[in-house]
This record gives sequence, C-alpha cells and structure tokens, in this order.
Amino acid sequence: MVEAAIFQGLSWNPVTDLRELFTYPFMVNALEAGTIVAVMAGVTGWFMVLRRQTFAGHTLSVIAFPGAAAASLAGMPLAVGYFGFCGLGALALAGIAGSRRSLSAESAAIGSLQALALALGFLFVNLYHGVLNGVDSLLFGTFLGITSGQVAVLLVVATAAVSLVAIAARPLFFASVDAEVARAGGVPVRLLGFGFLLVLGLSVAETSQITGALLVFALLVTPAATAHQLTPRPLLGIALSISLALAVTWLGLALAYFSIYPVGFYITSLSFGVYVLVRGGRALRSRRRATAGLALEAA
Amino acid sequence: MIDPTAVATPAKRDAEARSGPAVAFDSAAVRLGGRTIWSDVSVTVGEADFVAVLGPNGAGKSTLIKVILGLLPLAAGNASVLGRPPGDSKGRIGYLPQRRSFDTGTRIRGVDLVQLGLDGARWGIPLPGAPSRRRDAARVHEVIELVGATGYARQPIGELSGGEQQRLLIAQALVRRPKLLLLDEPLDSLDLSNQAAVAALIRRICEEEQVAVLLVAHDINPILGYLDRVIYLAGGGAIEGSPEDVITSRTLSRLYGAPIEVLRASDGRLVVVGQPEAPFVHGDRHG
Repeated sequence: MVEAAIFQGLSWNPVTDLRELFTYPFMVNALEAGTIVAVMAGVTGWFMVLRRQTFAGHTLSVIAFPGAAAASLAGMPLAVGYFGFCGLGALALAGIAGSRRSLSAESAAIGSLQALALALGFLFVNLYHGVLNGVDSLLFGTFLGITSGQVAVLLVVATAAVSLVAIAARPLFFASVDAEVARAGGVPVRLLGFGFLLVLGLSVAETSQITGALLVFALLVTPAATAHQLTPRPLLGIALSISLALAVTWLGLALAYFSIYPVGFYITSLSFGVYVLVRGGRALRSRRRATAGLALEAA
Repeated sequence: MIDPTAVATPAKRDAEARSGPAVAFDSAAVRLGGRTIWSDVSVTVGEADFVAVLGPNGAGKSTLIKVILGLLPLAAGNASVLGRPPGDSKGRIGYLPQRRSFDTGTRIRGVDLVQLGLDGARWGIPLPGAPSRRRDAARVHEVIELVGATGYARQPIGELSGGEQQRLLIAQALVRRPKLLLLDEPLDSLDLSNQAAVAALIRRICEEEQVAVLLVAHDINPILGYLDRVIYLAGGGAIEGSPEDVITSRTLSRLYGAPIEVLRASDGRLVVVGQPEAPFVHGDRHG
C-alpha cells in the first residue's frame, strides 16, 4: 500500500525532502493536478466572490458529492460523475437565477437544491454499501491514486474554462459590478451569468477531485476572498488569487506527504490562516489610520 | 449669378445633420401592460441642451428614458434619437440608471468602473502596452479630471461618499464622448450642497463637451438655475418649454386638468401646490 510507503517523516534536509517529493509518480501526478486545479480555482473563484455567488458555488460542490457517489455506484470514472452532476447543477442554478425572483427566494431555492443533493449522495453511498471508506475521500479529498490520464483530462477542462473566462473577462466584470449599465451598453448580461455558472460547475468538479466535495471552498473561495481583501485592482487581484491557491496547494500536498493527516485539512487550514492574517492586518491598519486621524485632529 | 448660399456642400450638410435635435418625439405614446403611460407627447431636445424631466411619481419619467434607449417600443407616433430610430445609437448615448450606489464592501476602484464604460463591452484581453490601451487610459484619466474625481478615483468606490460615487458614475457615462447623456435621478441620494455642485458640474459638461443632457429630477429647485428647458410629464401627457413658461399655475393646471398653484418663495424656490398624487397610493394606504 502506498500509504505505508510514503509515511517516512521529514529528514529535515530541505534538498533531500524536496527531491523525495518528486520520487513517486503518484506524487508528481498529485502536484500536477493540484497546480492545474489551483490556477483554475483562483481565476473562477475571484469572479465568484465578486459576483457574490459563493452560496451557488457551495451548492455546486455539494452536488459534486452525489455525482461522484453515483459514478462509483455505476462503476464509472469519478470524473464523469463530477462533471455530469456539476453541469446539471449549473443548469438548475441558472434556471433559478433566470426566473428573476427576489434575492431571498433565490437563496431559498438554492438551499433546497443543496439539501436534495446531499440526500441523493447519501442514498447512492448506501446503495453502494460495499467499501464505504471511499466516502471520506469523496467528501474530504485525497491525493493518492491520481493517474496521468486524469491529469490530462483536468488540463483540457481547465484550459477550456480559463480561456472562456479570459475571452469574456471584461464583459463579465462589467456585468458583475454594474449589470444595468452593462445591459444598456449591449453586454449580454443573462447569457454571461449562465455561462459563468457552467464554468463554475466545471471548476467545482475539478477542484472536488483534489479537495473533496466539502472542502472545495478552501481553493475556490478563501484565496479569492483574500485577494479581494488585499487589492481592489482586477488583474492584480486575479494574479494574487491564483498565487495564493497555488501556494496553499503545494504546501498542503507536501505537508500531507510527510504526515499522516489528510491533504484537505492542510489546504483548508493554510488558506484559512492566510485569510485571517490578511483580515486582521487590514483591521489593524484601518484602526491605526483612525487613531492617527484623531491625533491629527487633536493637534 | 449663382447664389453661393444655395449650394449645399457635403460638409455643410454634415453640419446641418449634426445640429439637428438630439431627441425628437412626435405624438408619441407608450403602453405598458395595457395601460397607457403617456400619449400625444411631442418634445424636442436640442443639441447641447440641458433639459430636466419633471413630474409626479408614476408619470412615466423613467419610461421616457427607456424609450430613448430603445428598451421600450412606442405604441403610437414617432421618435428619433440623434437622427436615428431609438436603439440605433447605443455608442453615442451615456446612461446613468436610477438609484445606484455601492455598499461599503464593494472592492472596485472608481477608475476601473469608468474604464468599463469605455471597454466593458469588448471581448478578449487587451495586450499590455498596446496603443489602444494607452489611448483608453488617457481618456479615462481625462474624463475623471473633468468631473473633478482625480483625488479619489483609485480608492474602492464603496468607501466614497454618495456625491463622489455620483461624479465617478457621471464620468463613466461620459467616457465614450456621447452626444446625449441620460441621467435618471442622479441627485436623488445627495445632500443639498452636493446636489448644487453636481448640477453645476452637469451644466459645465453640457457646454464644454457639447452634449445634450436629459436629467430626470424629483425636485426642480437645485437645478433651476442651470436649466435650458423642462419637460413636465403629468396626467398622461407632457409639456415642454423654458422653466419660466412651464412651471406656472396656468400651464400645470392645464396639464393636470386640476387647479394647481405654483408659489415662488422669496429665495427663488418653487413650490407646486395641489399636485394630485397617483391615486393608487391612497388606495394602498387605506387597503
């Protein structure tokens, strides 16, 4: 079993440790897959946070779980289930958003969809009732056993999705921050909203394969939210979002390799740690600025 | 002898076409969901005119803007916008919709919002350092300077005051050098001193940029000193003219079909008395 083979601990020699990371093909595959997923999650996550669609994104990730469970039940590759269900989920969410209900009715509808997805996942896992230890990795992720074929699929999907976002970048940004003026200026606002949900569905399906369905947020939301805190500049923000996602993925994979704890835990904790640091730093800075202003007024 | 003035050169014809009205309605009517909002409306907005659109709630002021934008069809009559049918000159109209403000959490810079007015509808990513990109940046810089927002254009827009946000939104509407500017209640959320400052700014833009401005307003007083003409919508119709001619007891009484009194306070402010509110408001209150 690979798990037994890899748990050797750190040698505390960085060169040896780094070289060891790249010794096993499964680890190289994991690093490659993690890199692809992090870039894609960094880009789509930045737009998702901007559009305040985090709840929709979370629902897509919950939908990924019955997708994967259904695929294992049917004896198909997990990726088929992830992509199929997330694609359908994106269609359903676009339908909900397109019906132009009030914001609260929309989030209630999304929530109902989420509950249904979880229930279906639970059903499929029960029907499968053979080897149940797979549920853990469906929900919380694993980096073991990623094949080079899977890496190739991830690369193709990610390239397509990131190119689509790049081509639509400016109209999508316009529609996200200023929908009414964008519509008056000839931007197809509804079409973009629908297209973005589809790309988001693809992203979630990809990310789920590394972090698991429940921890998608560690890569999709947290680095993007941190980037939005760090800068209001769009290009710099997207670059930061990608960099942060890459950093936590690489570090998380390395830490998981040298320890007994799962990769999802490390990636999540690292991105959460960075987010808390940045929020704290900003709060501190604005407080210092406020006190400086008061001192200036007093003087 | 040939009379030289009788020969219309192409250049002269162009000049004549340009100096045509920015907006012309002829016996126009709009129906929404089976209800006639207004009918038999004939108004003209000249080139570089500053015109206010006034009237009670529900009179169809925003509807007028939507017709000019080509978002709503006419049920009767004709309309021409910048010499073409409505909806045909999107690139030459700057539009600022009603009640838009950004909450404090909005992490977008004013300068990016203005830039979107210029290239937000373009697909693809511009190459860094391309001449078009530099030209765009220069235009954005110029228009931000024009509205006097240079000092805060690089801050997140959610952290700015209502007046500062409104200036940046006007810059966004102006960035493509429109010939017609449609502003739907731009003074609504501002305090009195900011209302006066923004009205003065719009007057200056109107003259310096040679752009016709149609401004929907709730209260005429902050803009009264800056206006060329007013369009007063009420009672399913409209009256157009200079503020002195339109805002009078006689004209408004005729428009409403009910006795209306216009009072002028000692500071020049106008008060319209006896203005019937839309009847469904009363119905709502009682029901």
